[in-house]
Amino acid sequence: MNPPFERPPRKNPVLRTRQPTLPPGGRSRVALGLTAAAAHGRFELQECAACAAVQYPPREVCHRCLSPDLKWTPQGGAATLLSETTLHHSNDLFFRERLPWRLGLVQLDSGPTLMVHLLGAVGAASSRVKVGVRLDRAGQAVLIGWPETETEDMSDDPVLREMSADPRFRRVLVTDGKTEVGQAMVRALVAAGADLVWVGHAEPWKQVPGLDALSALAPVTLVPLDLTSGSSVSELAGEIAGKVDIVVNNAEVHRTFGIAARRGTDVARAEMDINYFGLLRLAQEFAPALKGRGADGATGAVAWVNLLSIYALTNFPAHGTYSASKAAALSLAQCLRAEMRPAGIRVINLFPGPIEDDWNQLLPPPKVSPAALAAAMVQALKDGLEDVYPGDVAQEWRQRWREDPKVLERELAGGGS
Amino acid sequence: MATSRAGYDGVAVAVPVTVPYERYSTRGAHWFVGQVVAELVRSAGIRKDDIDGLCVSSFSLAPDTAVGVTQHLGLAPRWLDQLPLGGASGVVAVRRAARAVQSGDADVVACVSGDTNAVDSFRTMLGSFSVFARDATYPYGSGGPNAMFAFITANYMRAYGARREDFGRICVAQRANSLGTPHAMMKKPLTLEQYLAARVVADPIHLFDCVMPCAGGEGVLVMSEARARDLGLPFARLLAATERHNAYAQDPIMERGGWAVDRDELWGQAGVRPDDIDLVQFYDDYPVIVMMQYEDLGFCAKGEGPAFVRSHTLTHDGTLPTNTSGGQLSVGQAGAAGGYIGLVEAVRQLTDQPLGPAVPGAKLGLVSGFGMVTYDRCLCTGALILARS
Repeated sequence: MNPPFERPPRKNPVLRTRQPTLPPGGRSRVALGLTAAAAHGRFELQECAACAAVQYPPREVCHRCLSPDLKWTPQGGAATLLSETTLHHSNDLFFRERLPWRLGLVQLDSGPTLMVHLLGAVGAASSRVKVGVRLDRAGQAVLIGWPETETEDMSDDPVLREMSADPRFRRVLVTDGKTEVGQAMVRALVAAGADLVWVGHAEPWKQVPGLDALSALAPVTLVPLDLTSGSSVSELAGEIAGKVDIVVNNAEVHRTFGIAARRGTDVARAEMDINYFGLLRLAQEFAPALKGRGADGATGAVAWVNLLSIYALTNFPAHGTYSASKAAALSLAQCLRAEMRPAGIRVINLFPGPIEDDWNQLLPPPKVSPAALAAAMVQALKDGLEDVYPGDVAQEWRQRWREDPKVLERELAGGGS
Repeated sequence: MATSRAGYDGVAVAVPVTVPYERYSTRGAHWFVGQVVAELVRSAGIRKDDIDGLCVSSFSLAPDTAVGVTQHLGLAPRWLDQLPLGGASGVVAVRRAARAVQSGDADVVACVSGDTNAVDSFRTMLGSFSVFARDATYPYGSGGPNAMFAFITANYMRAYGARREDFGRICVAQRANSLGTPHAMMKKPLTLEQYLAARVVADPIHLFDCVMPCAGGEGVLVMSEARARDLGLPFARLLAATERHNAYAQDPIMERGGWAVDRDELWGQAGVRPDDIDLVQFYDDYPVIVMMQYEDLGFCAKGEGPAFVRSHTLTHDGTLPTNTSGGQLSVGQAGAAGGYIGLVEAVRQLTDQPLGPAVPGAKLGLVSGFGMVTYDRCLCTGALILARS
């Protein structure tokens, strides 16, 4: 059993800030199937379509019947602990800095033997174990052995904390506090134990409902931030970039036009200026500072969250230019993710379906409430996910997109949703 | 058990050579392989060109393979093999070389192993040891084989009641054996108290359960008995040989090795019983594996390994002399040469040329190999029975 995670002492500014190290990130191509599922929070292993054998480690062919027809299939994870060890020596820098480190060898009820990171709450062999998956600091999937039933403070296990981006005791920047979504996110982060939440608001002279109540929360500080202005971003970065542990970029412009419904490019430019260039400006100013603090103590810089849209996957013609700007932002977020990886900083993309707000007034329900979206974000931070699809619409579109993007494109072009 | 396999009649294993071990070396693997071949030629009193068969095992030759070694050393063999089987390399090399000699495909086969060891070699090898290691073990703590053998040892202790003291008996005896081996990495005697007090590496594996990676080489010549007599070389006769890979894959965790699959055939082919054996050279990456070999090769029943080591003395003058040069646990693990160390020592003992004390009256020896932890267990197993000529 692990003790609860307590607030770490304040950093001694005289001491050197440790540089980030990563666990070994090399994987064969076939093994990346585990990572692809883990990025969405799913534990999948290869199952043979011909003989139903579940196998691990990942292979190119079935070890039982030699069929190459192996499908990544969700697993329950019920298992028995065969044996365990605690490492007091490691050949790798990342683990060397984190010894001792508990490991287990478990057998899934479905057959295969797995090496897992073993949580402290799991009893001795041959305890029952629940195997799941997490992305480690290298962004690769690793298997975790959980106790069969949840225990107190389990999420504070040092092994899990290495895999998560829990906002507790961390300092967060939310780039836009003037939207309902932004305000819900700030409240959710405060409720999750964030130490400090800087909340951006462009055009501070404009009164916006809810902002006063927000700024009354103890951890919240309002800061001027206009993502369309390089100097505004730069100025704020100069003040706080070296202290931010989590960036949540929720600022967006959302209008409901396609191509023919509006002449000119002013609206499309405004969308791009925030949704795409705003992310670029923010990343150029804040990302290097976060990368420098990827190993800054138990609550160092850990994550970057982007509010995208399910329309980033496939254009929704009724909101055509908005979709295009979110597609551009998605592409840039993938670039940011690659650049943040060496520091172990996680980039989390939220792909909600239509949000319950004014710009989606004409879309039928179900729509995602700002509070549900904010809760999904906090959960994604705690679980260390990469891509999250909050709401029923996003889940369904995501499924259709996985099955065949071309079919989804045709359906959306026909006015379907 | 009746066997349909042909015997190994007429095969001689001769000229045991060792390139002294060094903790680290700035030389390449080819240097160690070349020194083994040079010493084989010199000790046998043959010309280099008399070697018409070559079998090479090395982890650090890359990007070369065995054929690159032929050009590097100026050899023109008509039979060539490379065995990337780690700790089973020596046993399997002799088995295959014997067949080449029996069939006339080669007359004199040099079975050679050698590896270098730079300061960071071991770490860099671990992450790229196998596809499964890269995907499914190295990212988990990067403990290397220590972690996997900690699982295997802990499981064995729980299943069969082995205690650390039992493993300690193996390690302490091997250390006593190694004191006569000049190039051993470990120079000082080891007591059971020191063994038990050593620092933990990966529970229940402690410091003296681990081998020390080093550089070095080992080799032998395989030829017909007639040829060995012509050359005036002392030799050991090959009575039996087996190999087995990926045995008992259905066992969720390793409690037995592939030796058990083939042991009846091994003893049947040799026409002797475990009681007849005067010395054993077991692969000893960790003491739990030594203990399993007593069981899986038929010296005692499964689960009786702990009682067996409690009731036997394992030093060169003991009731069952085991790893009489000190083995890898005390001499060091020179990469693939770790798969030859027991073979070379057995041939030395059976031809009266031991580096350290002789096993009194040794007539029959067993050598077993164990190699390649690609994921959760070693895949290669094999065994030889050798007899004084």
